Amino acid sequence: MKIRFKRSILVLSFLGLATFVEAQAIGGLSNAMTIALATVVLLILLVAITLVGDTFLRVEAREIGADESKANYSIFPRLSEIFGTRRASHLLGKNVVDLKKGHDILLEGAAEKVIDTNFAAKTFAVRPRDFVGMSPIPKVVVEKGDEVKAGDVLFYDKKRPDIKYVAPVSGEIVDVTRAEKRAIDQVIILADKEQSYRAYNKPVLEELDRENLITFLMETGLWSFIRQRPFDVVADPGDNPKAIFVSTFDSAPLAPDMNFALKGREADFQMGLNVLGRLTDGKVHLGIDGRAKSNPAAIFTEATGVHKTWFNGPHPSGNVGIQIHHTDPINKGDVVWHMNPQDVAILGRLFNEGIFKPERVVAITGAELKQPRYVRVPMGASVENMLKDNIKGEDKIRVVSGDVLTGRQIGEKDYLGFFDDQLTVLFENDNYAMFGWLSPFAIVPSVSNTFPGAVLKEMEYRAETNTHGEHRALVVTGQYESVLPMDVYPQHLIKAILVNDFERMEGLGIYELAPEDVALCEFACTSKTEVQKILREGLETMREQG
Amino acid sequence: MSKLLDFIKKFEPPKEKKFLHTLYDGFFTFAYAPNHVTKSGVHIRDGMDLKRTMFLVVQALALCYIFGIYNIGHQHYAALGMYEGNFFTGAGAKFIYGALQILPIFIVAHVVGLGIEFFYAAKKGHSIEEGFLVSGALIPLIMPPDIPLWMLGLAVAFAVIIGKEAFGGTGMNVLNIALLARVFVFFAYPGEISGDFCWVAYDYNWLHKLFGFEGATMAALGIEALPEGMTFAKYVLANTPDAWTGATPLALAAKEGWAGVQANYSNFEMFWGAIPGSIGETCKPFILIGALMLIVLGIGSWRIMLSMLVGAILTGMLMNWIGDFHAFMAVPWQYQLYMGSFFFAMAFMATDPVTAASTPMGKLIYGFMIGMVGMIIRVLNPAYPEGWMLAILFMNVFAPLIDYYVLQANISKRLKRVKSA
Repeated sequence: MKIRFKRSILVLSFLGLATFVEAQAIGGLSNAMTIALATVVLLILLVAITLVGDTFLRVEAREIGADESKANYSIFPRLSEIFGTRRASHLLGKNVVDLKKGHDILLEGAAEKVIDTNFAAKTFAVRPRDFVGMSPIPKVVVEKGDEVKAGDVLFYDKKRPDIKYVAPVSGEIVDVTRAEKRAIDQVIILADKEQSYRAYNKPVLEELDRENLITFLMETGLWSFIRQRPFDVVADPGDNPKAIFVSTFDSAPLAPDMNFALKGREADFQMGLNVLGRLTDGKVHLGIDGRAKSNPAAIFTEATGVHKTWFNGPHPSGNVGIQIHHTDPINKGDVVWHMNPQDVAILGRLFNEGIFKPERVVAITGAELKQPRYVRVPMGASVENMLKDNIKGEDKIRVVSGDVLTGRQIGEKDYLGFFDDQLTVLFENDNYAMFGWLSPFAIVPSVSNTFPGAVLKEMEYRAETNTHGEHRALVVTGQYESVLPMDVYPQHLIKAILVNDFERMEGLGIYELAPEDVALCEFACTSKTEVQKILREGLETMREQG
Repeated sequence: MSKLLDFIKKFEPPKEKKFLHTLYDGFFTFAYAPNHVTKSGVHIRDGMDLKRTMFLVVQALALCYIFGIYNIGHQHYAALGMYEGNFFTGAGAKFIYGALQILPIFIVAHVVGLGIEFFYAAKKGHSIEEGFLVSGALIPLIMPPDIPLWMLGLAVAFAVIIGKEAFGGTGMNVLNIALLARVFVFFAYPGEISGDFCWVAYDYNWLHKLFGFEGATMAALGIEALPEGMTFAKYVLANTPDAWTGATPLALAAKEGWAGVQANYSNFEMFWGAIPGSIGETCKPFILIGALMLIVLGIGSWRIMLSMLVGAILTGMLMNWIGDFHAFMAVPWQYQLYMGSFFFAMAFMATDPVTAASTPMGKLIYGFMIGMVGMIIRVLNPAYPEGWMLAILFMNVFAPLIDYYVLQANISKRLKRVKSA
């Protein structure tokens, strides 16, 4: 709203300038008068039309009961929105980073804050390909029919044999499936009713030095939760990261609410942070939700031993990459590690209770669901129960492990990804739309100002998978920059990747980016370019180059 | 709805017939947004695509078209001394004359341009790209109203083949296609696009004759037949009313300064556009409405428009301050803005995203330089009375260089961070 407001002032001042210029024309006073009058009449007409339209909007909002949310349905900003403090009271005096660029895609089907045990899963799978950079055929140490406990080793990468990938639950290995070229696809476990856990000597953090701590984490499988930037891969235990980042909120569409997910896990979360603190000589950074509407829980704001920064702005403000860029940017040769907040609690539990119990609160979301709710399951859970009797209509659907921007499409009987704490179900819209590109009233989410959503900011959309157009060469400029709150030129970086110009990729900051950071650029792209895929290819090239 | 779709689908030519299939695909995707779904990466996509972007620019030009059509007729009858009341006297005749004059121009520009696009799309085996939608809408607006059609066709062909397809198609061109077509006419056939007699349509084309316009005019002027060997245009030029001139304000300013302009055109006329000129560039308020639309919708870059305005104003002021080495320099800067096609160039030509600078900072520099260079060409160069076309093409060539330095600044900032860390 604010940007558009400024723009219209800009152009009105063009008109005003022209009028002024005209009025300067001495000798034709009547001319000047006519121009001035015509401009005034034009302005009055415009204002009148806008006012009438605005009134209709608000009346309509009242009629359908939409204004109960007290959201601003008028075209004009409220006085409080112009003059009011932009920063919420709980942020005063805090270390806040304001991010202006970005875009929140509001979708229907946010999860209700209820933990529904009906959605709990019976089978679980660990998928080697979830770990970027792992060789396609890792060494699988279990066989079909084996009994495992939660925390027992399932497989490891032959290139880095110390990092173990372990079972999320105890039970029987029902299958080890393979994909193309004999690559391991998934190791599937049927969970026991009574869970049993692999026994350790309960570690005491204070007694372990850094080396033993790392060995312990690698052996227990916790290491696989720690990822590194650049390249967004599982961290290398040989590195000494300059900092470790934890983003405590997810700003992606329909993302789970971490305040809700980590309720009651204060001790585990704090313990997890303490462990991370031992892994780096630098700081552990906590990125906290600073968006005006939300009020983050004490578990984050009261955490100790960490450096806290509040981030205020639209998506991707919750992405760890954006937060790193604004607190301690990655330079060439730097390594930072990061971890998801729920995984920090899993790490904490290992030290508090001495068991590997990788439970996450997963948001089951999407407009196609009858009951979008939360469920508490270990990682890699089967989505079968989550979708059973839960699909609303007859329309074709797509099931996505993760959010609609970065998630991976899975089948209706598949498993959640290793790092995912969200399931999204959306409408597979493979229909033709007559003059689809033309309609000014199409209800489609958009970064541009050419749809009704440009005015109706609070409107929620039914997510659907149509591309809304064909792939084209890059034409429009400035679009990627407007949704990426970083000092990076993403479009030029993408072009540098396409021509394999290493020096330029490095110079333009490829180390600071992960595919999830440019997901919004990909969404917004008028030319429908596959930005995330290109960036991933670029990152892989850089990684191979060393 | 789906029956119609099935019906249309029946006509789909086989893929082996490349040209036909491309043609069908072009029109089909025009009628129906395709049923493609996202494959990798994001699962939902923005509703914006290139067709929509391009079409909205064409819409922003609509008012310029309406006024341009009317003004062709107005200037025509003014040259003949007919309908001498005010601007709206004889509105019907003026409008229809203009419409019939612009129609062949519009059709030729599109048939030639789109034809070449279709041919290359089929040859390269990709779908038809929408770039020419805007170029095709812009080209008629920046041509003189009586441009010979063969010349127009040649110019469009040159611009599309040499300017665009040789570089790889839509999104790859270095120079603005519409301006390239104009500059082709400008340098290849200077007689058709410079001087005082090209900015008004005098003659009647076969469409006019079909509807009896020529006969009606001859009856009104009281002549039975044209003298032997004389075209209507020559006859009209030999018999224009005394007070009438076909010269543009800029041509007058170059010769006689601001006083010369004032003698022929009022500010009112220049602002609202009832003056001779290229078809679509004369009406400033309608252009500004188009510019407003582009800015509000976020399609045209406000950075380029603003900095170009600032560049032109500052250069104009500087020239005023230096003084009058010749009459044009002394024309007050505020009049410079709407004497010629400044606003049209600013709103629709400089903002072409493919040929402009692509970084936010680069856009500011790019626009400012166009404003400056354009004013210099317009005022200080004795040969060309208007500067924006050449200035924009000149800066098109420099846009990658500007971007290079903006990016280099970003790169060295990153390098400095490594060193200081």
